[in-house]
Amino acid sequence: MLIFEHSRPGRRAHAQAPAGAPAADDLPAHLLRQDAPRLPEASELDVVRHYTGLSQKNFSIDTQFYPLGSCTMKYNPRACNSLALLPQFLARHPLAAADTGQGFLASMYELQEMLKEVTGMAAVSLAPMAGAQGEFAGVAMIRAYHEARGDTERSEIIVPDAAHGTNPATATMCGYAVREIPTDRQGNVDLEALKAVVGPRTAGLMLTNPSTLGVFEKAIVEIQRVVHEAGGLTYYDGANLNAILGRVRPGDMGFDVIHMNLHKTFSTPHGGGGPGAGPVGVSERLRPHLPIPYVVEDRGLHRLAEEADCPQSIGRMSAFGGNMGVLMRAYVYARMLGGEGLRRVADYAALNANYLAAELRRAGFELAYPERRASHEFIVTLKRLKDETGVSAMDFAKRLLDLGFHAPTTYFPLLVPECLLIEPTETESRATLDAFVAAMAQVKREAETDPGLVKSAPHGLPARRLDDVKAAREPDLVWKG
Amino acid sequence: MSIPADLKYTQSHEWVRLEADGTVSVGITHHAQELLGDMVFVENPTVGRRLAAGQECAVVESVKAASDVYAPVAGEVVAVNEAVESAPERINQDAYAAWMFRLRPDNAADLNGLMDAAGYQAQVESEAH
Repeated sequence: MLIFEHSRPGRRAHAQAPAGAPAADDLPAHLLRQDAPRLPEASELDVVRHYTGLSQKNFSIDTQFYPLGSCTMKYNPRACNSLALLPQFLARHPLAAADTGQGFLASMYELQEMLKEVTGMAAVSLAPMAGAQGEFAGVAMIRAYHEARGDTERSEIIVPDAAHGTNPATATMCGYAVREIPTDRQGNVDLEALKAVVGPRTAGLMLTNPSTLGVFEKAIVEIQRVVHEAGGLTYYDGANLNAILGRVRPGDMGFDVIHMNLHKTFSTPHGGGGPGAGPVGVSERLRPHLPIPYVVEDRGLHRLAEEADCPQSIGRMSAFGGNMGVLMRAYVYARMLGGEGLRRVADYAALNANYLAAELRRAGFELAYPERRASHEFIVTLKRLKDETGVSAMDFAKRLLDLGFHAPTTYFPLLVPECLLIEPTETESRATLDAFVAAMAQVKREAETDPGLVKSAPHGLPARRLDDVKAAREPDLVWKG
Repeated sequence: MSIPADLKYTQSHEWVRLEADGTVSVGITHHAQELLGDMVFVENPTVGRRLAAGQECAVVESVKAASDVYAPVAGEVVAVNEAVESAPERINQDAYAAWMFRLRPDNAADLNGLMDAAGYQAQVESEAH
């Protein structure tokens, strides 16, 4: 039921109503609307019950273990939220003069410096508003670099098939043709395939590391050499930064550009489509092309570097300077943990993933890359179970919901059939991991003895099996009343 | 495993049938639709478009993923199957009846470079391990 369907004329929810309507008498009359907007009219209690009810139908990190691989659904400390909501930050206008917001600008400057330290890059801009926009900014800088040197024949970006799906989309959006290269049986980039496609048309290579297969790429030094010798630049998709924080740095590996998903690694709320934050870090040669604005320190004062300071910048990613609320949460998170704490994030993310992988293997599950150590996530394949019982990864995932666990990512990456991509993150206790193993083992037993039970799951949730096909083919997104 | 003996196959999981008029019908294999799951969308090339062998020319989208479909041989698109575009589930129901588009090959001998049923069967089995 939608809130609109609770609507009764004349009802008001005073707790949710604005304190007072702002005067609109300075707007031209022809721009003012004549009719009242069609908003729901509901009592305060109706509104509270409606949204509380919706929240209770949800799975969330606040209520359940959420091992959604590739998404890093870690717990977001409350302190990050409370401090970012301080009125001095919240009410600051993005165009306020620099001298009235030195505390805020210093915080953002320190965040830039911390991200430089964590990634080993020469400079960082916080401007991109999401991971995909960070990728776009990164590849746009690669293009700007080649063009500034008059090197205009480079028209291709190389992307391994174990990369995030956004990588080829980003390259295409930046006007490049995508050359996909395969991975070998251990999940590493196929070096011979790389050498076969690299050449004078290569603008760059985009590497997701650790890859979507949950393994750390083994031949990075060689990959860097091959691409750089051909005149291409190297892009590090840092969406899986959680696995390497404080342990290795993409800048030290020789990468030219990286984007980071702060909404994942730096623990800000995500999973509902945003808002995100996708800062970019660059090597010295890409520094002139960084997106604006970014914060600079100038004789003890902080200010934003804008068009006049950065004539070679790829420009703005939005009207202002990034999702400041998200950036502020990430800043608080990094300050709370410090360097040592951030390193422990990676240690425990890797430990939890490897513990869970080992325990699931002991419970009879098949790992897609059993010879490889997991980075921060790993893949279970249910191919044999599907062949033997007819129970698919989708059925399995639905049954886990009945047992109180958010399902792992299913059917991604596409390279592994009937797969579950599992990422426990560092914030879960061993007891929770053990309970998840027990639930996985239970569903496996059920699949073997009573497959119908699993194939018809979920049984105990507000909605049963949803019609994915109908949802994709006949989307019904607008309430018409 | 359903792999009809009278068709040709590509490594990228298209099936190819030589028609009496010398054109070839192209679809995706039963194995491919099984991997992809319920189909929700099919985008075909436009009639008259010239394609190189191996060129991306169509898209199939399922509830799990969107995948490119490649031209098995070089040629010109002479027909598309609108029935499959309006009802993509036909690919799931009978992959070998649900042809997507027809090509007139530039060179009929190119078909000899494609896999036969035994070759495709071997490929599918090697991918499973």
